[in-house]
Amino acid sequence: MDKFTTHTGSVAPLRRSNVDTDQIIPAVYLKRVTKTGFEDGLFAEWREDEKFLLNQPEYRNSTILVTGTEFGTGSSREHAVWALKDYGFKAVIAPRFGDIFRGNSLKNGLLTVELPEAAVEELWLRAELHPESEVTVDLVECEVRAGDRTWSFEFDEFLRWRMMEGLDDVALTLRDEDKIAAYESNRDAWRPRTLPAQV
Amino acid sequence: MSPTPHESEGTAPRTLAQKVWDAHVVRTGGQQPDLLYIDLHLLHEVTSPQAFDGLRQAGRKVRRTDLTIATEDHNTPTDNLFTIADPTSRKQIETLRANCEEFGVRIHSLGDENQGVVHVVGPQLGLTQPGMTVVCGDSHTSTHGAFGSIAFGIGTSEVEHVLATQTLPQAKPKYMAVTVNGSLPEGVSAKDLILKIISITGTGGGKGHIVEYRGQAIEELSMEGRMTVCNMSIEWGAKAGMIAPDEKTAEYVKGRAHAPQGEDWDAAVEYWQTLKTDEGAVFDKEIVIDAASLSPFVTWGTNPGQGVELSGTVPAPEDFEDPIARTTAAGALEYMGLEAGTPMREIDVDVVFLGSCTNGRIEDLRTAAEVIKGRKVAESVNMMVVPGSAKVREQAIAEGLDKVFIEAGADWRFAGCSMCLGMNPDQLTPGQRAASTSNRNFEGRQGKGGRTHLVSPAVAAATAVTGHLASPADL
Repeated sequence: MDKFTTHTGSVAPLRRSNVDTDQIIPAVYLKRVTKTGFEDGLFAEWREDEKFLLNQPEYRNSTILVTGTEFGTGSSREHAVWALKDYGFKAVIAPRFGDIFRGNSLKNGLLTVELPEAAVEELWLRAELHPESEVTVDLVECEVRAGDRTWSFEFDEFLRWRMMEGLDDVALTLRDEDKIAAYESNRDAWRPRTLPAQV
Repeated sequence: MSPTPHESEGTAPRTLAQKVWDAHVVRTGGQQPDLLYIDLHLLHEVTSPQAFDGLRQAGRKVRRTDLTIATEDHNTPTDNLFTIADPTSRKQIETLRANCEEFGVRIHSLGDENQGVVHVVGPQLGLTQPGMTVVCGDSHTSTHGAFGSIAFGIGTSEVEHVLATQTLPQAKPKYMAVTVNGSLPEGVSAKDLILKIISITGTGGGKGHIVEYRGQAIEELSMEGRMTVCNMSIEWGAKAGMIAPDEKTAEYVKGRAHAPQGEDWDAAVEYWQTLKTDEGAVFDKEIVIDAASLSPFVTWGTNPGQGVELSGTVPAPEDFEDPIARTTAAGALEYMGLEAGTPMREIDVDVVFLGSCTNGRIEDLRTAAEVIKGRKVAESVNMMVVPGSAKVREQAIAEGLDKVFIEAGADWRFAGCSMCLGMNPDQLTPGQRAASTSNRNFEGRQGKGGRTHLVSPAVAAATAVTGHLASPADL
């Protein structure tokens, strides 16, 4: 996973709430068996409308998506995160995220930051008035900075460390392989097994 | 002999979810989240290819092929068992088959009697049992919580993690109770109940919580009904939904292919009987609902929280105090092509979809068949009946349900996710309106531009007959 410490870029102000993962990437785009190349599926239906935010030249190169609450609810598809990353987003700011989406984002180096509604509103206004203005999302200091404004955000200390180091969860877990083996040796014998198959 | 994990805990009162959680902790303490052991890992073709790729790149194996099982459901056609017309869909299915072969994972492919929607297949095989941890790269994994297990959907990175380690790091959840007092009135189903709950909480109300559904109305539900309720836990943002196992649960599991037998059965049942919330255990939050006040419930908008009684009308954006809810409602009405104030019963539909992991089990088919028997599907309506698994289909045929649907003019299909998500050939066309027993009414969910009203199987069947949203009482 790519390390994330701090990122500065311009904001795409997506004034929508309850953006579920079916909106982020419709199911027809989930058929690939690779981990890349999903940018064409990002907000695919909305992008057909030429007035849609991401079709505006001033937001085409934005790298920070600022959106309304409950972003990424619904389906567990990690493709939603891959699509945002492949399109070029480095961070998403919203008042609240769907749990599975949030977990997926942090495993892929896409920083998701929760800020209060008022901060999101202010970031939207700034980006609408001055699309070129830059915002910094700083995971080291746990701050979002825009001009003379600074907002602190909370971030789980372990997840922050993992993201800043770009660590792979599987490798981390396998450091405790002995504990897994010990647990397995104590499991109840009657717990179901898929093999050998009984039908 | 060292104690089994669930015997090693202290005596402070615990919730059902805490007991199951504690029994699966491999590692705890320090800065890292708890590491949970996973008892059952379900796979399907959409969220697994990149996970297997990850294993291959790292030179890793599947740690416990005997706790892993795959089926084909999201991409599969339901009009035949052999031809997957779309090449990218076919590639994804072929990739799953090849990965299962390479890594030694059991798979139930198209044509096999245990092929079907992954969340129907687990319980059907008796692999889903009380007190387990169950995961799958699919958000409706919460279904399995109906057995008193902690079951939740995961992303593809986590699928890879479980394949490699049979564990998952998980931050400690919060615990919530939804207590449904009294009995559901005649004609009100598990689906109506869960749609009502989501309309109260909104799509994010359960965030971070494992929810225990309890109370008389929950106890009175069949296992199928309990699965319907737990299935939609994710639609209000809950981490998982659970129901304490009881005699009905044991009865459902008993005799299934992978149910414990003999002494193992006795040991299992003895453990299952401990799986209930202790007197004095504390929930972080509780919602109390009076079952007697409920009636058939349907959605009018574009998220599952936008619901209303079938006897009600389409709300106006001004009805909502919260400015975000108001804006969302206005957008939903526009997408759905609905006027505020329209009685729900006057909304005509083009398609009725009966199926999915929410309502594609045998009881759901029976309920709908009972309503539709001796009646005809309205000429303006195309009704699709898609059993949740090949085995459910077989059982329905044995009971003669297929004939009931076919004689009424419905389209009787093979098992799969079908129109629940617009990924296989079963899709709405732009502007088409559906009454659907599935779980999501998101924009475009059932096909680009399609409009979805979530309903129960009984309402779906009555709607198919009348051509507009209706309950059996209207026939």
